[in-house]
Amino acid sequence: MSLTLPALPSSVSTAASLGKYTAAVRKPIEPVGRHFLALYLWGHTWSEFEKIQAETDVKKAEDVNEDAEFDIEQSEELIEHDPRDWKSADLYAVLGLNNYRYKATEDQIRRAYRVQVLKHHPDKMGEKGGLDKDGFFKIIQKAHETLMDPVKRQQFDSVDEEANIEPPAPKSKYDFFEAWGPLFASEGRFSKKQPVPELGNADTPKEEVDAFYKFFSNLDSWRTFEFLDEDVPDDTSNRYHKRMIEKKNKAARQKRKTEDNKRLSELVRRAANEDPRLKAFRDKEKEEKNKKKQEREAEAAKAAEEVKAKREAVERARAEAAKARAKSKAKPSYQPIQTQSKGKGKGKGKGKGKKSTVSKEQRTESKINIRNSVKDANYFGTELQSEIDHDINVFLDNFEDEKSVEVSNAIAGATADAVKEIFDAAAKEYIEQGFITADDLKFFAK
Amino acid sequence: MSFIGLHFGNTSTSIAVTKGDGKVDVIASPDGERAIPSALSYVGTDEYHGGQALAQLIRNPQNTIINFRDFAGVSFDKAVLPEIVNSAKAINVDGKVGYEIEEDGKTTKITVDEVIKRHFQQIKAAAEDYIGNKVEGVVLTTPTNFSDEQKKALKSATKEAGLNVLQFINEPSAALLAHLTANNKLEEDRIYVVADFGGVRSDAAVITARGGIFTILATEHNFELGGDQLDAALSEFFAKEFEKKYKANPRKTQRSLAKLKSECITTKKTLSNVQSSTISIDSLSDGFDFHSSINRLRYEVVARDIFSKMAAFVEETVRKAGLETLDIDEVLLVGGTSNTPRLASNVQFIFPESTVVVSPALDSKALDPSELICRGAALQAALIESYDEDEINQSLQPVVVNLEHIAKPIGLKNADGEFIQIISRETAYPIKRSLTFDTPGDVLIELYEGERTIEESTVEPEEGEEEYSDEEPEVLKKVVYVPGQLLAQIPFKGETANGKLEVIVRITVDGLLQATVRSGDKVERVDVHST
Repeated sequence: MSLTLPALPSSVSTAASLGKYTAAVRKPIEPVGRHFLALYLWGHTWSEFEKIQAETDVKKAEDVNEDAEFDIEQSEELIEHDPRDWKSADLYAVLGLNNYRYKATEDQIRRAYRVQVLKHHPDKMGEKGGLDKDGFFKIIQKAHETLMDPVKRQQFDSVDEEANIEPPAPKSKYDFFEAWGPLFASEGRFSKKQPVPELGNADTPKEEVDAFYKFFSNLDSWRTFEFLDEDVPDDTSNRYHKRMIEKKNKAARQKRKTEDNKRLSELVRRAANEDPRLKAFRDKEKEEKNKKKQEREAEAAKAAEEVKAKREAVERARAEAAKARAKSKAKPSYQPIQTQSKGKGKGKGKGKGKKSTVSKEQRTESKINIRNSVKDANYFGTELQSEIDHDINVFLDNFEDEKSVEVSNAIAGATADAVKEIFDAAAKEYIEQGFITADDLKFFAK
Repeated sequence: MSFIGLHFGNTSTSIAVTKGDGKVDVIASPDGERAIPSALSYVGTDEYHGGQALAQLIRNPQNTIINFRDFAGVSFDKAVLPEIVNSAKAINVDGKVGYEIEEDGKTTKITVDEVIKRHFQQIKAAAEDYIGNKVEGVVLTTPTNFSDEQKKALKSATKEAGLNVLQFINEPSAALLAHLTANNKLEEDRIYVVADFGGVRSDAAVITARGGIFTILATEHNFELGGDQLDAALSEFFAKEFEKKYKANPRKTQRSLAKLKSECITTKKTLSNVQSSTISIDSLSDGFDFHSSINRLRYEVVARDIFSKMAAFVEETVRKAGLETLDIDEVLLVGGTSNTPRLASNVQFIFPESTVVVSPALDSKALDPSELICRGAALQAALIESYDEDEINQSLQPVVVNLEHIAKPIGLKNADGEFIQIISRETAYPIKRSLTFDTPGDVLIELYEGERTIEESTVEPEEGEEEYSDEEPEVLKKVVYVPGQLLAQIPFKGETANGKLEVIVRITVDGLLQATVRSGDKVERVDVHST
């Protein structure tokens, strides 16, 4: 690190205080060593006010006696508990940690243990005690031993019924968040993954609610039931008996674990069923769906109307065109039949019912030609056989016989590209005239 | 008339005196013990003290008193009695902790005050024997959690023994004082952890040293961790071995247990110095003699749990002070248990490599950890011996010792934008510090408060170590302070005298920070207030 100072910029001309330093904390210093002595002898006199302040306002490293909170009077029943059956005692209550339970830190357990040992040491009992009266002290020692060992503590926490919160009675009236919030917080203590999401409140967004239920339905729990095991006899006299008990314990543990998983998944299912937020989300979704459906229907109706209007316009135009044609053609050839076709222009069956100049054989032949032409052209090198066939059918339905013959003649011997051009041109012509719409075709005129 | 420093522990007591040339001597008892066991034993009309009393634990445990220090000044109701007792049992004597012993054929009840008095009488005799003249004044060390009542009880008990307590000082501060004085490092601004692993309890403190002024930031105590745990682990190991060999249980009688423990203590101490040790006990149990050996590695495996608890205990203390292990400059291991090499290496493991761990296992020049505290007390005794009691008491008043400490360091920004510290964090004021720069003139002095940041740098694996290449590169972390809150700007124009410029930062008793820039006769000053 260099001991050079920055050069003076022109912007700074006067010395000034620009900020305040963080407030100091009063702490006792250690009155040892010559430097302390020098500080003291450096001497100055203190006012009474300073003297008082120096005594009151100190942050000491050593906190004296904050253990009073663990000094909880145990129930008579607990004190009389049989030490041989210590596993069934509430070990947190034994140490006066009722309010902390699984949340108690190691330091708190250690301090609480000291408080209890102070009170219940058999040597302290005097007259009312005696050597045979140390049952509760033994339980205190067991509790300390169990809770200070992380593995044993987890086993005890697994079966600590006092820390469990009962779900509200079904069909009763209750506040959802008040009843289920603490329950899930307490169930969350078994999760291997921490921190655990919270239930939240009525305004929690949907993503968080979903994440919450997803977390709890896939909860990876460390809960084990070893603590409830039947004691395995220590002697080696009967190995078969020992093994049998071990086997039984294992099976019981497995059974309890399965039951517990089932219980939790049922709880989650029930909560999800009763969650007012999920219901609200569902209702909202439904409403939106309905709204969309209505919109879609309105649009469809509108589109249908448009199509109808267009068709009518086309029909009208066609009728007029037919009329005009009839007028112009009727005179030289005297063919009254063409005029009959008015009003019968609904795309399909155009050629039917009207007599044409084309013979039946010619018509059939031209149709076959047209059909085969696309096959001969190898479907223009595309894979779209069905689309092209569909279009050809549309053409054949709509072409007048003359047109069919004309097209058939044109495509005879033409190359694939030319065939496509001819069909395209024919399609465009018919679209322009309104006999077919662009939507009817799948391949040509695109 | 001489003044001594005294470290009175549950397990052992040690005495030290400062000689004329400023060197400190640790005084040995007539039996040649420098760490004199705090034990008293009564057989018939005889009183045994120290190691001789400890030996009585095998034959005469009911009349042997050990581990009584912590009961000083504590009422029987409040006293934490040990669960397993292999010596005279603590009973209620007039509301105080006391013992029932057989003295001269009669059963008598003595309070712990009386026990301490008798213990100090022996200590005083040992000191006077060594020094050759009367000892009157003593600086006595106590753990940081000793209450005023406990100190009062100690003071009156020592007074009855003919010793006048001039001052009580905290054990960790005394140890640190001795360590820093011996290495001439008193004036460096550093943060220390003083971890004291005794026989039946462990204490640790995080202490800042700022220009020779110590402040304890945090303390931690564990009453279930200490050398006794190691002895117990070793005893259990040998007990199992014995059981396997002879099909006899050495845990059945208190006597065989005491024999085993006493030998295990010796074995444990030997293993701190050499790689392997033997244990040999005549007639351990059921008339069988026991002879076996153990190497250091096996011992470390046997006591692994306890060593890791001790390291975790040190780490917890650092956490309690609101610091990280990165912030600690040095760890001072104190107490007899600290001789164990494994403990030192476990502690070193939780700190970065830059942190120095002081222990005889890592540095053969380090002072004996069981003597550090009494050495510090002796230094303090030499310092205050010329003052009378009133003056000493005056200096201990709250108004003198309770000082304001700045929360963040104060310094300057250099030409590269780096923070140059002038006053370290947690420095008590009034204080005056200065820095001198070589500069031709026309510079800007900017006073900043430092912000703590952690700089991470990865260590590139060395060439040729390809087999480890898939390991993650090691990340080295370092605490670096960067300029934070700007406090003041002082421009300095024109020539500097001799090309030197002095920046002085002073914080007065009232908390007014004065930044002064001076070169020759030219002086610029700015006052900064606290929030």
